[in-house]
Amino acid sequence: MLQGPVVILAAFAYLGVLFAIAYYADQRADAGRPVIANPYVYSLSLAVYATAWTFYGSVGRAASDGIGFLPIYIGPTLMIALWWVVMRKILRISKQNRITSLADFIASRYGKSALLGGIVTVIAVIGILPYISLQLKAVSASYLILVQYPEVVMPPVLGEASVRQDPALWVALLLAAFTIAFGTRHLDAAEHHQGMVAAIAFESLVKLLAFLAVGIFVTFGLYNGFGDLFARAAAVPKLKAMMTPLEGVAGGYASWVWLTILSMMAIMFLPRQFQVTVVENLDERHLNKAIWLFPVYMLAINVFVLPIAFGGLLHFPEGGVDADTFVLTLPMVEKQEGLALLVFIGGLSAATGMVIVETIALSTMVCNDLVMPVLLRMRSLALNEKPDLTGLLLGIRRGAIVLILLLGYLYFKLAGEAYALVSIGLISFAAVAQFAPVVLGGIFWKGGTRKGALCGLLAGFAVWSYTLLLPALARSGWLPIGLLEQGPFGIALLKPLALFGLSGLDQITHAMIWSMLANIGGYVGVSLVATPSVEEHRQASLFVDVFRQGGEAGGARFWRGTASVPELHSLLARFLGAAAADEAFEEYARSRGRRWRRDPLDADAELVHYVEVKLAGAIGAASARVMVASVVKEEAMTIDEVRTILDEASQVVVYSHRLEQKSRELEAATAELRAANERLKELDRLKDDFVSTVTHELRTPLTSIRAFTQILLEHPQVDAEQRSKFLGIITKETERLTRLINQVLDLSKIESGKAEWRESVLDLRELIGDAVTGMSQVFEERNIKVDVEVPAKVAPVRADVDRIIQVMLNLLSNAAKFCEPGRGRVRVALRDDGGALRVEVRDNGPGIDPSDQGVIFDKFRQVGDTLTGKPHGSGLGLHISRQIVEHFGGRMWVESRVGEGACFAFTLPHG
Amino acid sequence: MAKKILIADDEPNIVTALEFLLQRSGYEVLIARDGDEALKTVESARPDLVLLDIMMPVRSGYEVCKRIRERPDWAHIKVVMLSAKGRDAEVNKGMAMGADLYVTKPFSTRELMEKVKGLLPP
Repeated sequence: MLQGPVVILAAFAYLGVLFAIAYYADQRADAGRPVIANPYVYSLSLAVYATAWTFYGSVGRAASDGIGFLPIYIGPTLMIALWWVVMRKILRISKQNRITSLADFIASRYGKSALLGGIVTVIAVIGILPYISLQLKAVSASYLILVQYPEVVMPPVLGEASVRQDPALWVALLLAAFTIAFGTRHLDAAEHHQGMVAAIAFESLVKLLAFLAVGIFVTFGLYNGFGDLFARAAAVPKLKAMMTPLEGVAGGYASWVWLTILSMMAIMFLPRQFQVTVVENLDERHLNKAIWLFPVYMLAINVFVLPIAFGGLLHFPEGGVDADTFVLTLPMVEKQEGLALLVFIGGLSAATGMVIVETIALSTMVCNDLVMPVLLRMRSLALNEKPDLTGLLLGIRRGAIVLILLLGYLYFKLAGEAYALVSIGLISFAAVAQFAPVVLGGIFWKGGTRKGALCGLLAGFAVWSYTLLLPALARSGWLPIGLLEQGPFGIALLKPLALFGLSGLDQITHAMIWSMLANIGGYVGVSLVATPSVEEHRQASLFVDVFRQGGEAGGARFWRGTASVPELHSLLARFLGAAAADEAFEEYARSRGRRWRRDPLDADAELVHYVEVKLAGAIGAASARVMVASVVKEEAMTIDEVRTILDEASQVVVYSHRLEQKSRELEAATAELRAANERLKELDRLKDDFVSTVTHELRTPLTSIRAFTQILLEHPQVDAEQRSKFLGIITKETERLTRLINQVLDLSKIESGKAEWRESVLDLRELIGDAVTGMSQVFEERNIKVDVEVPAKVAPVRADVDRIIQVMLNLLSNAAKFCEPGRGRVRVALRDDGGALRVEVRDNGPGIDPSDQGVIFDKFRQVGDTLTGKPHGSGLGLHISRQIVEHFGGRMWVESRVGEGACFAFTLPHG
Repeated sequence: MAKKILIADDEPNIVTALEFLLQRSGYEVLIARDGDEALKTVESARPDLVLLDIMMPVRSGYEVCKRIRERPDWAHIKVVMLSAKGRDAEVNKGMAMGADLYVTKPFSTRELMEKVKGLLPP
């Protein structure tokens, strides 16, 4: 029943269903109601990781190595636990920069380097070819086995079939057509293929169900559950050995570790994984669920691997049936037609899923990072002038898909027979692991440079080619086998499988050790010595600090130049089509609160960046860079300028440092102002006090004058004696008033420096005599005895005669005022102190309290006698006297003890 | 019995003038030359009214007024402040200390006597 046409019909029916699902999902996406916008579809699409290799090869590996098949699934499970740190960052970066592929990601990170993107593409294509050929091999082999039903016959050696009859070729061409229909129906700026993702998710369900069905059939149909099956297996010594962990694995622990690491890298950097995880991701939050859903899927699809392997080995003890085919041949040998067909469809779904996504991812890379950069640089093609390039872009991609599948077929023809499925897959894993250092370094280390990335990738890839690809070709007979056994030119140290004498490891571990050494060494070493360009600097910053920068405008701040809106629009229209370009500009205008084509738009840095990012979504970052540069006039930014922008943080520090300094200066200035203000306030207060005191001193005599005048006026009957007494008081108070006014004026002249000083040579003996004579009447009136002691001859002094007389009269009148009434005694003495003449005026009054001696020379400080009451005087006399003496270079002071009189003294320097 | 008025001022001429006027109006006049003496005289002679200068030696007029007002048994004593300090703040301070009247020097003797007679009819 299961003849060729039936199987082919079933296969086509299945592909038809896939296509219908994809079509429906695309329609829904266009209508804005995507079916794939949920974490479950996203997680299922990640399961594209499980290919025909998993479907058939795991059992094959388990049949020879026991649980040695596990690292391939442990790796992703471990890695996905780290995704919150790693993949979330890659996702964010990719969304902000419209990354379309792994090549685009790496090129973009290292200064939008077209060369780097091209190299990554070449490595990816060459590295993935074995993997694609593996799928072709699996599908065609399963087909050839199935059509022999009910016989279980291994297919003939494929090389013997003519190319036209080779099912693998037809499978390749069929898948190419199918992929073209899926992936290149139209050009999407974001490279989203929602239909494809929906179909892939569906395929993940199909292959899981098919595998579980076989597993349940073997475990519970052929045997009585796990216990029965394992017990029977344990009875066979060869199988018992496989159940011991690690024992069955070639290369032991090292192999386990390396296989785990390899598959950790594969889940991130296989182009198809990057495509479904990053490029097709619609919502960063879907990652949260995928982090636990994906490991669950991995567990489910691996549960029955060992049971099927043991079942197969128990069923076909004599060999002759390839363990890779157990999944299919067990149902066949048990005459389970339906189950066998389901298994075939499951294997087909695993293979097609992988091939479709992988070739779409690779074709995007080939187009955006290999072909377009070259075409755009070829001036003779004048692509810049073509109004619409969308057709060209789609054509390139379609061509790339066909080419990649045919190359996969070619590899299958060349090397496919030499290895089991698992080994072929691992060669591809090792190839994509070469991307790990530049990607992981690129998102966590700003120091990684373009030159470093180039060196690392090329070195790693060279080692990979030498230690994995070359042996594969040699074993297939396409290169002399002596190359492996004796080394090139007979140099044993260069043997591809035991490089530099490193032997005893399995092939993959050996290749990984050397390639990673070369790769990481080249990347880090060269990065450390190479100087990055401006572009590299800014891209490094955008990638590594992606979580610290806000929104997509992050890249715009590094751009400076001039552009025109129509040119930018036509550029976008050339690659996306006019409708998509209009839509993009409308969206941009809306985000600025404007209407496209109605309100003017500024062709500023943000718009240019926006167009570049949109363009990058269609043709990759490197090409977008070239295209945008062709329509805008950019001003080159120097490395220093970019550094300055990048070092915003340090700028802020400098700025705040300056602010601090300014604030300190301000504080100092404020303090000075405050001090000045205090001085002013103090002066103001002194002035107020002075005015207030002067006013008071003026009002007091005025009060007496007014009172007595009014009394005399209103009491005419006052007797003559009283009248003359009152008039005497009025006269005295008037004199006091006059004196006060004169002294205030005098003081103000002295203090303001406006006083007139007439200097002449004086003989102080003569001056003292004149002053005492002038006061003689006062002394006589008060019955005061005056003694004058002067030397026969003194040195002359230079001073103003009238002013010094004023000082002497003040001192003498003070002495007269305070002398003991009735028995007053005043002694005036003149002495030469050597250098200055000294004058003393001593009285025998009550003396001055020591606490008052300091203030007695201040303005309006009168020290009265409580017994005699307030002395008459303005309180300015001593103050003015001291000012005069000090003006002529002398000094004035008082010596006194309470009860022993007071002695006022002053000096004047020799003239 | 004649009403007693204490003149507390350190300006002898002003005391002379006030003494003359008050005696002419029929008051008995007491004299103090400083704040301390003024309080002692109030204590010993119990005047009915005090004419109080502010700028006095030993104790200021403010202080004397405050002391007088602290004694409930002296509550009936009228206090008239006489001062050459005529700013509002000083007048307010005098009134706050419990003065009945604040007169700025120089003053009209007639007006002063009328106010004194208003407060304390002879």
